[in-house]
Amino acid sequence: MSVQDVKFYQTGTFTVGNRLLLETERAVQANMRRTNSLNSGHRACQGCGEALGARYAIDAAMYATGNRVMAANATGCLEVFSTPYPETSWQIPWIHSLFGNAAAVASGMAAAMRVKGRKDVRVIAQGGDGGTTDIGFGCLSGMFERNDDVLYICYDNEAYMNTGVQRSSATPPAARTATTMAVGKHPGNVFGTGKNVPLIAMAHHIPFVATASVANLHDLEDKVTRAMAIEGARYIHIHVPCPLGWGSAPADTIKVARMAVESGLFPVFEAEYGEITARQTIRRRVPVEEYLKLQRRFAHLFGKTPDLVTIAHIQATADRNIRVFGLAP
Amino acid sequence: MLKQIEGSQAIAQAIALCRPEVICAYPITPQTHIVEGLGEMVKDGSLENCEFINVESEFAALSVAIGSSAAGARSYTATASQGILYMAEAVYNAAGLGLPIVMTIGNRAIGAPINIWNDHSDSMALRDAGWIQLYAETNQEAADLHIQAFRLAEELSCPVMVCVDGFILTHAYERIDIPTQKQVDDYLPPFVPVQILDVDDPVSMGAMVGPEAFMEVRYLQHHKQQRALALIPALAKEFRERFGRDSGGLLRTYHCEDAETIIVALGSVNGTIKEAVDEMRAAGKRVGSLSICSFRPFPLDEVRDALRRARRVVVLEKSLAVGIGGMLSEGVRNALSGISLKGHTVIAGLGGRAITQKALVDLLDSAARGELAHLNFLDLRWDVVKREINREQAVRRTGPLAENILRDLGTVADRIG
Ligand SMILES: Cc1ncc(C[n+]2csc(CCOP(=O)(O)OP(=O)(O)O)c2C)c(N)n1
Ligand code: SF4
Ligand SMILES: [Mg+2]
Repeated sequence: MSVQDVKFYQTGTFTVGNRLLLETERAVQANMRRTNSLNSGHRACQGCGEALGARYAIDAAMYATGNRVMAANATGCLEVFSTPYPETSWQIPWIHSLFGNAAAVASGMAAAMRVKGRKDVRVIAQGGDGGTTDIGFGCLSGMFERNDDVLYICYDNEAYMNTGVQRSSATPPAARTATTMAVGKHPGNVFGTGKNVPLIAMAHHIPFVATASVANLHDLEDKVTRAMAIEGARYIHIHVPCPLGWGSAPADTIKVARMAVESGLFPVFEAEYGEITARQTIRRRVPVEEYLKLQRRFAHLFGKTPDLVTIAHIQATADRNIRVFGLAP
Repeated sequence: MLKQIEGSQAIAQAIALCRPEVICAYPITPQTHIVEGLGEMVKDGSLENCEFINVESEFAALSVAIGSSAAGARSYTATASQGILYMAEAVYNAAGLGLPIVMTIGNRAIGAPINIWNDHSDSMALRDAGWIQLYAETNQEAADLHIQAFRLAEELSCPVMVCVDGFILTHAYERIDIPTQKQVDDYLPPFVPVQILDVDDPVSMGAMVGPEAFMEVRYLQHHKQQRALALIPALAKEFRERFGRDSGGLLRTYHCEDAETIIVALGSVNGTIKEAVDEMRAAGKRVGSLSICSFRPFPLDEVRDALRRARRVVVLEKSLAVGIGGMLSEGVRNALSGISLKGHTVIAGLGGRAITQKALVDLLDSAARGELAHLNFLDLRWDVVKREINREQAVRRTGPLAENILRDLGTVADRIG
């Protein structure tokens, strides 16, 4: 009889496997009652972080509310790969209206539920980073400041993927996209640009803001679960690698996401009413180089003579995050 | 009940009687008084079961209405001018999704140059978005059309725009009959959606549609509006039976039976037009007028029937389709296909330029004398235009055009009296 090693941890992480946990503490995805809200058969690329994040997030929201969730979706990969009719993957009431209005459409849905006295039904809006931090920003801010009863989830893959990987205001410095080409004196995206929407969300003093990563799906589920118990405007910003746009191996999606967190480039934290209340400290720090090297969008930094200056610049950003968000253990 | 009341307030009261459940408000003159009136009714509790939402833009206003309508709530918003352009993408979207939202347009010009006064450029810009467009002739009709609009929208699951001339109607105080709640309840049943976001019966709305089905979806929008051609007069007829007055319908003729010259127009200018027709009839001139209420769907057959016996048609338009002339004329021409009579387009009233009875009488007289051109601009100041054209020929760096003209004209005070 062959012997199989029992692994209690996912390789290279400190995440405890479900079988070590009490049944009540296990992941929603490990539960027989998970809804598969974003069902299989959709057309996302292999290893798509957005598909993974959305499935975990919406299933967790469904679980937390007794399956009383409806969603508004911005235009983007998630919308396109999930609904080439008649093959919708959505097992929840779901509407796609436009690219820039998901937050407003969700506000309308929440208003309808309020006027009809349907307190049990909860509304989620979701979109990519482009649909959230750029074109949908006005509607997002409006929804926040009115404190509408909507959970907005941004799936941040750091570019406009659905239209062929163009730069958004969430694209990191030095990254190559179709509109920040890896040519010229300063290849890739410009330093000193972009915005941090979780911090901007906090500035609206809404009840709950959190960042999360597909590298830590249990934490993601937990944040969504807690968000569903809160009334008012809530925001969760999930870092979701895109193998196609980032030029990473589909099998490396979790690894890449984890390195973004462990390098300090993507701080994982949460906030209530504008104040940071928790952060995920980094137990094993990795140099940004290890994260960057896994992705062809940063390939121009390496090659025969690595661009040490730019890499140091990126490292400084990570160091600053660790300092500012208090990510050191 | 008869009330001496501002047009906007009458419209607000009529809408309140329709029991809207979600109202989205964003300020732009001249529609503001309508949503302000509604907001007050929600806040003081006289309009119950209604969410009044102050949004951050017109794009959000209609987007919120899209969400609330899809979730089964009777939804309303209002806008004008720059506002309808700012929400243009959502205007198409609401129609494409087939959501029965009702929206008032307080018709106003579009900039640049920025101008708050009345013309039809705003609603005309979105005429082909898939919304039904009804143009009110009076404030009584404006109020009544909203009651009909909710019924029409919900029966067809199609959004309806009620176009009301800014200031001329929205800000005018008139005696208006505001119906009772019972009358409206008897006419307008509760909203039963044909599609709804429902956690007990989940559907996906707004899915990606490729070449295999897109044409059919679009055609069905057209089909819906063709159905509206029968429904609009039927609802107007029922309205007359229940409320005791004529409001709405596809169009209205005035002395068209034996008219040699018929003038066609949308909206409140038909009031002045009828005065002009009366004056000319009194002088023995065979003129008539046609007021089109339903611009979308465009009642081709009915327009043809009304105009076919005339010798000439003058289409008066409060909107310039730059580079061609007028869009109402296009519809009229389409309706008259195969019939040969003389057709004239008259662009008038842009940016609030007054359309006077005298100008209309002169216009129709010159049409009868065969002196009217194909495309005309009523009361256009040619001296001003020529001066600017000359300037453009003389120097390269003319500076900003509108400001040049204002400088030529001098202060507003100089021009009054
Ligand atoms: C008003 C408007 N502008 C542009 C587009 C084109 N467009 C569709 S999806 C998309 C990119 C979406 O990017 P993001 O929101 O980051 O989502 P992702 O595809 O990366 O998940 C763009 C630019 C559109 N549909 N509507
Ligand atoms: S392009 Fe990226 S975000 Fe889009 S489906 Fe593929 S992996 Fe997912
Ligand atoms: Mg993106």
